Amino acid sequence: MAEGGIWRLALPLAVAQMLFFAAPLLLLAATSVATDENLRDWSLRAWRDTLGDGFHIESVLNTLRLGALTVLATALLAVPLALVHLVAGPALRRVILIAAVLPLLTSVVVRTFAWIVILGREGVINATLIGMGVVTAPVPLLQTEHGLIIALTQIEMPLMLLPLLAALARIDPALLDASASLGGSLARTLWKVVLPMALPGLIAGATLVFASASTAFISQGVIGGGRLNYLPALVWQNAMVVFDWPLAAAMAITLMGSVLMVAGALSLLGQRASHA
Amino acid sequence: MHRFTGADRALALLILALAGVGFLILVGPVVVVLVTSFTSSRALQFPPPGFTLQWYRDLFDAERSAQIHVAAGNSLLVAVLTAVVATSLSTAAALAIARSRATWSKVAEGAFMAPLVLPGIAFGLAALMFFSWLRQPPSLALLVAGHAMIAAPFALRTVGASAAGLDPALLESSAALGAGPWRTFRRVTLPLIMPGVAAGAFLAFVSSLDNVPVSLFLSSAQTDMLPIRLWGMMETALDVRVAAASGVLVALAFVLLLAMDRAVGLARRMSG
Repeated sequence: MAEGGIWRLALPLAVAQMLFFAAPLLLLAATSVATDENLRDWSLRAWRDTLGDGFHIESVLNTLRLGALTVLATALLAVPLALVHLVAGPALRRVILIAAVLPLLTSVVVRTFAWIVILGREGVINATLIGMGVVTAPVPLLQTEHGLIIALTQIEMPLMLLPLLAALARIDPALLDASASLGGSLARTLWKVVLPMALPGLIAGATLVFASASTAFISQGVIGGGRLNYLPALVWQNAMVVFDWPLAAAMAITLMGSVLMVAGALSLLGQRASHA
Repeated sequence: MHRFTGADRALALLILALAGVGFLILVGPVVVVLVTSFTSSRALQFPPPGFTLQWYRDLFDAERSAQIHVAAGNSLLVAVLTAVVATSLSTAAALAIARSRATWSKVAEGAFMAPLVLPGIAFGLAALMFFSWLRQPPSLALLVAGHAMIAAPFALRTVGASAAGLDPALLESSAALGAGPWRTFRRVTLPLIMPGVAAGAFLAFVSSLDNVPVSLFLSSAQTDMLPIRLWGMMETALDVRVAAASGVLVALAFVLLLAMDRAVGLARRMSG
């Protein structure tokens, strides 16, 4: 096929995305400024309810904080794992890679269920703590924010680890030896040589983890429980239980806007860092 | 060899310790689920007081677990169809993007990737609104349409990586030898990009099988999906069959992963 006509091959996906992705999102936006789901009349009521209500604002902030803390926790563990992968032999590399991919291929529901078993009253952590005599009664971990963050750290870690591994794969090990033989301390080598190379992966990972953790409906609901309010649960309740579609739409767009803003800020940060 | 100072050694130890915790947190839960699925207890104790196959027997009991079986069948069918649809659309698009040097291809690639970053919950709700506005009752076809939008970027990325390495001279010589575009695609292009296509289809399949946010809004009592059914079982009563179902899903994922890794080096493809 001639170079000029090759774009036609992209047409089916483009049309499918317009029809089944872009059009629904436009309708979502329209519904958020309508009086009801049939778009009978326009109204800003849903947006006033979303942005003018202390409870709703609080759940927006809760959701953003959950995403941010999960990004920090995954980075704290994924960066060291990626560094070990960088200097490891082929066998250990393979083990780390499989460990990174395996959670991604086990259903989110399965991973969430695992954390119920681990964090529960008779779960792994409480049994260990009681067995070691650290505490005498089970510590409540389910239905708490830190319990949820621990769980999301595992659930989302592959999204941070895989881009990091890809970014670090471009580092020539000779570069590390060169830095060390020139008298650079390990900290200096990491800071000056490894971090700049890892940054694109770190930023890509942070974006994916933030987007995924802030919209992780099942984990938030099952591990976080009813006392913690996050946007996805409010979107679902208003859409499927209360049937207030304009309000659900306004909240879904608020969630989308928050995630896109964070993703945009991160990508800006990445560009600035790569120019510095 | 590196001359480690005391500070270097402390830092290296810290990195190793954190990496160890990271590894444990990645793998531990999968092990915990597998062990729990054999528990003889009705409560989710860990370690279990004893071991039985009772929950697996319950899970495979055609009568008691009929709803789970229906949901699993629906999920598998939708996942296969999603993989076919998403991979076909993405393969064509990836070839166009790889072979074009025009600016539109960069813009299009960005747009095609958008579903990866947009919160799934927002898209799930939007899809529900769209289909109910079109007066479409819930059906497996709508679920495939929704899942395919989320799955397409995965396939686009893996096929795109394969297609970027295609030598245009090969395609030109095939054309020069008189092969039509379709024949060139089947005999030259497809075999060369096959690893990317297979990896993409696999990722699309898994992403559909695991999809929650779209199924949450588009599934119904007649078109129940496995993750939604399992979520319901976790929310209402502590049903240990969830552990057995999880065990089956973990085993399936592991077998698929090893098979795909052997075939096309999937793990490398996903990190690269």
